[in-house]
Amino acid sequence: MAEFKHKHIIALQDLSKGDIELLISTAENMREINSRDIKKVPTLRGKTIINLFYEASTRTRTSFEIAGKRLSADTVNITPSSSSATKGETLADTALNLLAMKPDIIVMRHAVSGAHYFLANKINCSIINAGDGAHEHPSQGLLDLLTMKDRYGRLDGLKVAIVGDITHSRVARSNIQGLTKLGSKVYLAGPPTMLPPGVERLGDVTVCATMNEALQDADVVMMLRIQQERQGKTLMPNAREYSRYFGLNPTNIKLAKPNAMIMHPGPINRGVEMSSSMVDGDQSWILKQVENGVAVRMSMLYHVCGGELE
Amino acid sequence: MNLLIKGGRVIDPSQKIDNMLDVLVENGLVKEIGKGLAAPAGAETIDAAGMYVVPGLIDMHVHLRDPGLEYKEDILSGTMAAVAGGFTSVCCMPNTTPVIDNKTVASYIINKAKSEGLCNVFPVGSITYGLSGDRMSEMGELKESGCVAVSDDGKPVNNSELMMRSLQYAAGIGIMVISHAEELELVGEGVMNEGFTSTELGLKGIPCVAEDIATVRETMLAEYTGTPIHIAHVSTKGSVRIIREAKARGVKVTCETAPHYFTLTDDAVRGYNTNAKMNPPLREAADVAAIKEGLRDGTIDAIATDHAPHHQDEKDVEFNVAMNGVIGLETSLPLSLGLVDEGVLTLNQLIEKMSCNPSNILGLNRATLETGSIADITLIDPKIEWVVEADKLASKSKNSPWLGQKLKGGAAATIVGGKLMYKR
Repeated sequence: MAEFKHKHIIALQDLSKGDIELLISTAENMREINSRDIKKVPTLRGKTIINLFYEASTRTRTSFEIAGKRLSADTVNITPSSSSATKGETLADTALNLLAMKPDIIVMRHAVSGAHYFLANKINCSIINAGDGAHEHPSQGLLDLLTMKDRYGRLDGLKVAIVGDITHSRVARSNIQGLTKLGSKVYLAGPPTMLPPGVERLGDVTVCATMNEALQDADVVMMLRIQQERQGKTLMPNAREYSRYFGLNPTNIKLAKPNAMIMHPGPINRGVEMSSSMVDGDQSWILKQVENGVAVRMSMLYHVCGGELE
Repeated sequence: MNLLIKGGRVIDPSQKIDNMLDVLVENGLVKEIGKGLAAPAGAETIDAAGMYVVPGLIDMHVHLRDPGLEYKEDILSGTMAAVAGGFTSVCCMPNTTPVIDNKTVASYIINKAKSEGLCNVFPVGSITYGLSGDRMSEMGELKESGCVAVSDDGKPVNNSELMMRSLQYAAGIGIMVISHAEELELVGEGVMNEGFTSTELGLKGIPCVAEDIATVRETMLAEYTGTPIHIAHVSTKGSVRIIREAKARGVKVTCETAPHYFTLTDDAVRGYNTNAKMNPPLREAADVAAIKEGLRDGTIDAIATDHAPHHQDEKDVEFNVAMNGVIGLETSLPLSLGLVDEGVLTLNQLIEKMSCNPSNILGLNRATLETGSIADITLIDPKIEWVVEADKLASKSKNSPWLGQKLKGGAAATIVGGKLMYKR
């Protein structure tokens, strides 16, 4: 069995194709645990995991917490409102204080891109990135890859359309890194105000002039969340017009391959980036993504601990 | 103390001298330049064989952090760094605490520099009171108390009318206005240059046009009012082109760049390196090439460091949180000598940009080895190779992007007012 040599998982950019395949195949194995009556294995018994979330999160934090618990690790959640961050303590000091309590893994979400690399130079436990600024969100990228593999049995040669605010999306960056390494072709669409310079050089990426062009014959349509508080002022007129040109609806989905899968990292703005009929329809894999999230995070926790599968 | 600097290659652009000569310094003044000079009784002889002997280098853009931010730098440590880097004069920017916007603060700096500084310190006053951007400082009093220019460096004067009136008012007083050219709305929350690297790192970018637009405004205001303006820390190919065109039209615009803008690109930010975070940010290869071309063709008049000391606690943090700026006094000379090795500048041009032009732009009356002039002299060893090490830097702060790197060339000795203030 291939060996996972990384102490931290900060970005899919840092991982090889083999690393990513290993994380996905382990996640496939982990899924079986999640369907048992007693959803718990002793793999990480005695390990302590701190979920340090400087940004709000429901899905990701809960998913990491459940993943840790299913592997019998002890998990502790810290959020800024209940931490020293509000008292002016620096990130490094907070981390060093947590480290003094001997955790094995810190799972962190932070608003500053690269914050995890900064911490990795300071502390000696494993760090898993649960999202850093607009940089990467590797667990989301991995669960997206796993979900696509569930549907198609492969990733090589898939045409994946990613639509929305690429500039501010860590989900898009992790997907571009992972998909490119595994042989998929990525097609991006969004208002030019949301397509960052040089994005086509990030991997096997084509920037499309229109959403329709990206959707054409797509195997996967991934819609990104529009954050109106972020884009509202200068990047687009309003949600209504955004939806008109970059929203997924029953008409434009027909451009994609029949029964193409529809994905979204959540949380969804119904009626903005996609209509409710798309969210809830037969082609939606959105809840499967969430389900796969637990298995993927179990795989990540397991591998950074360097354990052996029983 | 009298000095005889013997056997060096004397390069003095002000007198068009480039020859193997001796320089005799007496009572703080240049006494004589000639071949085979004999040391008078009691004079110390400095062997300058293999060295360049040049008018003392002038850094027209530094932050000494004194008063108020002495934990980053102070006048003693800042001038120690200056002389170690070959500088005999530095011009310090007004964003101290309190701001250099009145006679008291200007006098404090001048007096402290006289009593404990190792080189000449010329303060730059603020354009606007308290760097507020909403009303002019008392520029007349600032000039009378020793300020050699006014600038709101660190931020632009956003209000175009106030900037225009400041140019007119300053011209009446006879004090140079140094502009920090930046369109703040376009900078927004940006933390590095906008380009492929910012896309890959997921960091918010600052488009180069944020600088270009501001450079256009400044040159247009200077053209309209017929007044001089100096643009600080030019970093983009657009700014170089705009200034070149303005000069060709006869606009009285001068400008400077800093060594990091002709040696580094935004690739240096990779790894979220906060010692590569500054404002304006490091740009791309095409900008570096344009900066070099601007230096070569004379569009860029001066090399200044924008020496910006920050404490480790302000740099050893997440990238977005880190303060802008790098120290530069001790690395500027070797990096700039690199331009001569590359064939971008002649040695004579380099000395013009690091000494004569700053002196002329600000009216400092330095930068010459003419008989009778103040003996500010730098001896440059062009061959010495050394590694930039934090604990060997004189500056209190160690925020250099060149830590651990080997550089070639440096100051062998720095003579300020006839006194040997630094010897390697």
